[in-house]
Amino acid sequence: MFTQRYLRSSNWFSYAIAFVMLVLSVFFGISVGTVSIPFSTIGHIFLHQWFAVPLGADIDPMLVNIVMDIRLPRVIPAGLVGASLALAGAALQGLLKNPLADPFTLGVSSGASAGAVFVLFFGISLPVIGKFTLPFLAIIGGFVTIFAVILFAKWIDQMMKIETIILTGIIFSSFLGAFISLMIALTGEELRQVIYWLLGGVSMRGWDYIYLMFPFFLIGVVLLMMNGTELNILSFGEEKAKHLGVEVLHRKMLILSAASVLTGSAVAVSGTIGFVGLVIPHLTRLAWGTDHRHLLPLSIFHGAAFLIVADLAARTIISPTELPIGVITAMIGAPVFAMILMRQRMKRYE
Amino acid sequence: MSSMLRVEQVSGGYEGKEVIQDVSFEVKQGEIFGILGPNGSGKSTLLKMISGVLPIEKGKILFDGKPLDQYSTKELAQKMAVLSQAHPQTFSYSVKETVSIGRYPYQKGFFRSWTEQDEQTIVRAMMQTGVVPFSHKPLQSLSGGEQQRVYLSQALAQEPKLLLLDEPTNHLDLSYQKELFDFIKTEAHEKGLTVISIFHDLNLASLYCDRLMLIQNGKVQALASPLEVIREEMIQSVYQVSVKTYPHPELPRPQMIMLPSQSKKEKQSVSFITKDMLQVDHEAIVLQTPYPLKAMSSAVIGAGVGWFTTFVNRHVPKSYDCRDSKREMEQYLRAKGFSPSETVGMMTAAQLTDGVIDEIEMEDFSVVIAVTAGVGNAVDIAKCEEHDFVLQSGTINIWVFVNGSLTDEAFIQGIMTATEAKVKAMQTMNVLDPFTKTVATGTSTDSILIAATQRGTPLSYAGPITPLGKAIGKGVYRCTVQAIEHYLKRAGQR
Repeated sequence: MFTQRYLRSSNWFSYAIAFVMLVLSVFFGISVGTVSIPFSTIGHIFLHQWFAVPLGADIDPMLVNIVMDIRLPRVIPAGLVGASLALAGAALQGLLKNPLADPFTLGVSSGASAGAVFVLFFGISLPVIGKFTLPFLAIIGGFVTIFAVILFAKWIDQMMKIETIILTGIIFSSFLGAFISLMIALTGEELRQVIYWLLGGVSMRGWDYIYLMFPFFLIGVVLLMMNGTELNILSFGEEKAKHLGVEVLHRKMLILSAASVLTGSAVAVSGTIGFVGLVIPHLTRLAWGTDHRHLLPLSIFHGAAFLIVADLAARTIISPTELPIGVITAMIGAPVFAMILMRQRMKRYE
Repeated sequence: MSSMLRVEQVSGGYEGKEVIQDVSFEVKQGEIFGILGPNGSGKSTLLKMISGVLPIEKGKILFDGKPLDQYSTKELAQKMAVLSQAHPQTFSYSVKETVSIGRYPYQKGFFRSWTEQDEQTIVRAMMQTGVVPFSHKPLQSLSGGEQQRVYLSQALAQEPKLLLLDEPTNHLDLSYQKELFDFIKTEAHEKGLTVISIFHDLNLASLYCDRLMLIQNGKVQALASPLEVIREEMIQSVYQVSVKTYPHPELPRPQMIMLPSQSKKEKQSVSFITKDMLQVDHEAIVLQTPYPLKAMSSAVIGAGVGWFTTFVNRHVPKSYDCRDSKREMEQYLRAKGFSPSETVGMMTAAQLTDGVIDEIEMEDFSVVIAVTAGVGNAVDIAKCEEHDFVLQSGTINIWVFVNGSLTDEAFIQGIMTATEAKVKAMQTMNVLDPFTKTVATGTSTDSILIAATQRGTPLSYAGPITPLGKAIGKGVYRCTVQAIEHYLKRAGQR
């Protein structure tokens, strides 16, 4: 494909496109709703808020509240969650050399979900952190799970081969999944709440959640971006990577932990939102190439933009009723994914 | 040359199972060192220990003067590269991206800046293996052989002192095998690259390695030059198959062939060569056999050793222009419907109907002999254009067909015995060299063929007092004498 090759050869171009798409999605995400706000107004409000530019007389102060307290605190978590899941997915697909891997393959999300459902089921509220009990325990649940997966994988296989890690992840996922189902089955009053949380969403999160998630996001991004070259090499096989001078075990642990930090914090904030971590890395790879040094940052941009738009669709399609965002991502994600598979199959037959 | 790798009494394997037991060897700089052994003998395990992927349990490995375990992963990758079988890739990188990865061990710091030197090194590596033309193509779009060349470039980009090869040419065709190992040989012998390679193909190993190590059940069975390792008994005992070794036609590197066990049908079908099967007319004596015979001959077509189904002794006129006799003879054979690659073809100016065919029955084998003789042309083959002016022209062509299974020695002794019988026949008939006026021993263009069915009775020797030697000697002598008589009679009539 000519265009594809042309695009690949100029990296700055791919970043420019990804950035513009993200900015556009942010503006759309803020603009569209029961009260529609023009882009120029949004721009003014941003300038006013962050650079102390005086607000024009024609702008209703109520719009400032809508942008800063309602729309933006919804767009940002959506963006962070989308970016986290897409980045974690891209890294894990590279590490596990498996295009079907996603942030949920390793059981982190099941662990986090189990933690969250546990909180909802027992109606727990820990002192001091109060309303953050749920995200807090969800993150803890995710961490405990990934450590258990790594320890178990290492215990049964010193070298921690990729296949072992995938199998271990699946074992833990289904085991924890059973616990979640058990709690759902025994739930009375809170059933709707639990189900809704599991379907995923970013409404009513607010700035507190953003501050809670951001440090994890930053750690995950920095750690993974430091391993772009290593991911490239690892996708040629672990033994080959070692022959090329990569400290395989060390890097593997680092990448797994970073991806888990991202996934765990994303699930804690938004519940389990599927398909973002699977489809976005695929699409990004298809458009811009496999080189992880660029695939990882570009996945961040595309993942964020995608989830902001998905959230926009979730809350506007049958407004005022809000759809779970997970439904939207799967509805877009599954057909797109099917199309990719078909295209690859056709290419193979050519 | 200094020692590049020293393996001292190394043992180890997986999870307490000692796959490698007490292995010691040393590889010098610039050497091509081959590791051979049946499946499961521990070849790959040993290579993994050398490349540092698998820790050793006992013993010591010294690489370039330093214990292997004191190298960091990156340091090791700067001095040692591994090329193994190409595996299918999940994600596609371009050729250049793939080769660039070979510079990873040299990249330092957080940003891993790509230096001019890195760029030059990968371009040089790609030029060496000829992959520059597809440097921007995705790796997956290349053929297996091309992909392997890309991986070779990647290994070269590491600028290694030691290159480890793990059956890199498996599944690849002949031309790639030769290409790769020719390249590696040049690198080793001219630039001092040290190479350790695992081989499945013993013949390939014998062709390219300076030394071979044969391992079985994790222990060293042999460690020497190819001439000493590729021996029938050795290969048979380690691989448990019956093989024969034979010399390479051009190089002192033994080659090995397998002997398939014979099917029942092959064992039972014994049909003999009899003298009735030879068709004689004025133009040619022809024998066509129902299955190929192993033959050793000095014929125009099909000379040397080979397997043939058609044997032709053709009459040519005295004026025959023999400048390109080989090509002319091939054309003749094709015109007659014979395949030149399955035919032994001789020529003679003698009258074929004067030839003598005989069959000698021994106790458990038989021999068919055919001789055509002309004895006027004892000298001066160099002036073949002048054949027109030589009145008495001819040559002695001897065919010996044996219904039996002959060793190489028997073939050669058979030729000796037949030749001795011919000489004796010349003496008996008192044939003189026309120039020196002494008793001739043959003519200047004599040819001989000895062919055997290689079925039935094994015949190890063909010296004059062995049964086969007796049959050949007696038969060739008798036939030659008679053929010369016929010739002289015809010449006298003239």
